[in-house]
Amino acid sequence: MSRERLDCHRLLCPMPVIKTQDRIATMQPGDELEVVCTDPGALNDIPAWSRINGHQVLESTTRDDEYIVVVRVCEE
Amino acid sequence: MLAVRVMQEQGIHVEGINFFTGFCVEGHTHAIRKKDQKKPKRNNALWCAEQLGIKLHIIDIIDEYKQVVFNPKHGYGANLNPCLDCKVFMVKKAKEWMQEHDFDFVISGEVVGQRPMSQRKDTMPVVQRESGIDDLLLRPLSGKNLPPTLPEREGWISRDGLYDFSGRSRKPQMALAKQFGFEDYAQPAGGCCFLTDAQYSVKLADLWNSRGSKEYELDDIMLLKVGRHIRPAKHFKLIVAREEGESNFLKGYKKQYPHMRCTSHGGPLTLIDGELSEDELQQAARIVARYSQGKNTPQVELEYVTTTGEVTPMSVEPMPPAEIPREWVL
Ligand code: SF4
Repeated sequence: MSRERLDCHRLLCPMPVIKTQDRIATMQPGDELEVVCTDPGALNDIPAWSRINGHQVLESTTRDDEYIVVVRVCEE
Repeated sequence: MLAVRVMQEQGIHVEGINFFTGFCVEGHTHAIRKKDQKKPKRNNALWCAEQLGIKLHIIDIIDEYKQVVFNPKHGYGANLNPCLDCKVFMVKKAKEWMQEHDFDFVISGEVVGQRPMSQRKDTMPVVQRESGIDDLLLRPLSGKNLPPTLPEREGWISRDGLYDFSGRSRKPQMALAKQFGFEDYAQPAGGCCFLTDAQYSVKLADLWNSRGSKEYELDDIMLLKVGRHIRPAKHFKLIVAREEGESNFLKGYKKQYPHMRCTSHGGPLTLIDGELSEDELQQAARIVARYSQGKNTPQVELEYVTTTGEVTPMSVEPMPPAEIPREWVL
């Protein structure tokens, strides 16, 4: 199990979702991905994408001007 | 949404594909402009997929899509929207995806005669032919008005379960949505991208004209969605934020473009695209001052900041609106 970080600074939705989707495709079930964004839309879009694709959102927080979502990769 | 549900009613497994061209009217604009923030910041495609219980794959086609925008074989629509070529391109991409992922056919929610350019009865076969998808493209909402496709002939789906919608009226769709229990059913009646927007197209054409060639990067087309664009000369333009949300968004570009900001009064952040002489800098500052809260005062103080962060203080008389020719404002 590993934990990776994805930098989505300055990217506007849906780019953070696309990057999350593409990175998760390379990861294993049980791995965790921390996505750091500056577009607040990511707080809605990444969890929505995770729900429909069967992954689990462990955390979704706001820190200063950053929006952070942590997703656990699940078996598809 | 309706087309997917029609297929699900027949027991077909459906997954969604959403192509991101860079011009899509989605999240960004909401994220940028403060006044839009009351609207939910949801991504429509994701929201629809969730309602339908299907997976959604969002595909970045920004780079490949440029060729469609630069040289549409079938021309542009009312603005710089190459709808027919765009459909051909997307269906072609969908076919590739279908083959790579072992799916059997592609569906789309198009309705015969609904949109002027790409959904006419005579242009629909063009999409099928030029994309190479032929009879593997099914339009469940208009299926009964169109020749049988392979999925129908093979008996994978039943033609009887398809619909015969046509024309511009959306009433039958609304009725079907109601029947399916979709409460928040809102399909965009106009285009789904900024290329159908007249003002946006003017700005894009201006960008190409000033560069002497049709080209763009994602940042360029994003910036065209934001602020007032003022071009006093072919070699430079100003992007003046219209409100705080836009100022914040433009701040993200401070390392790529020099900018100006007012120090004596409240005022918008302005990016400068192009190389300016001393005189032109003065002219630019006077325009920026005109959009500040000090526009009716004799003198406004500003700062000009380069991409490396060097600051030059300036003091100028705001330019009276009458001195800003209409053609400058894109
Ligand atoms: S409005 Fe739709 S079909 Fe037309 S160019 Fe834009 S994305 Fe393509």
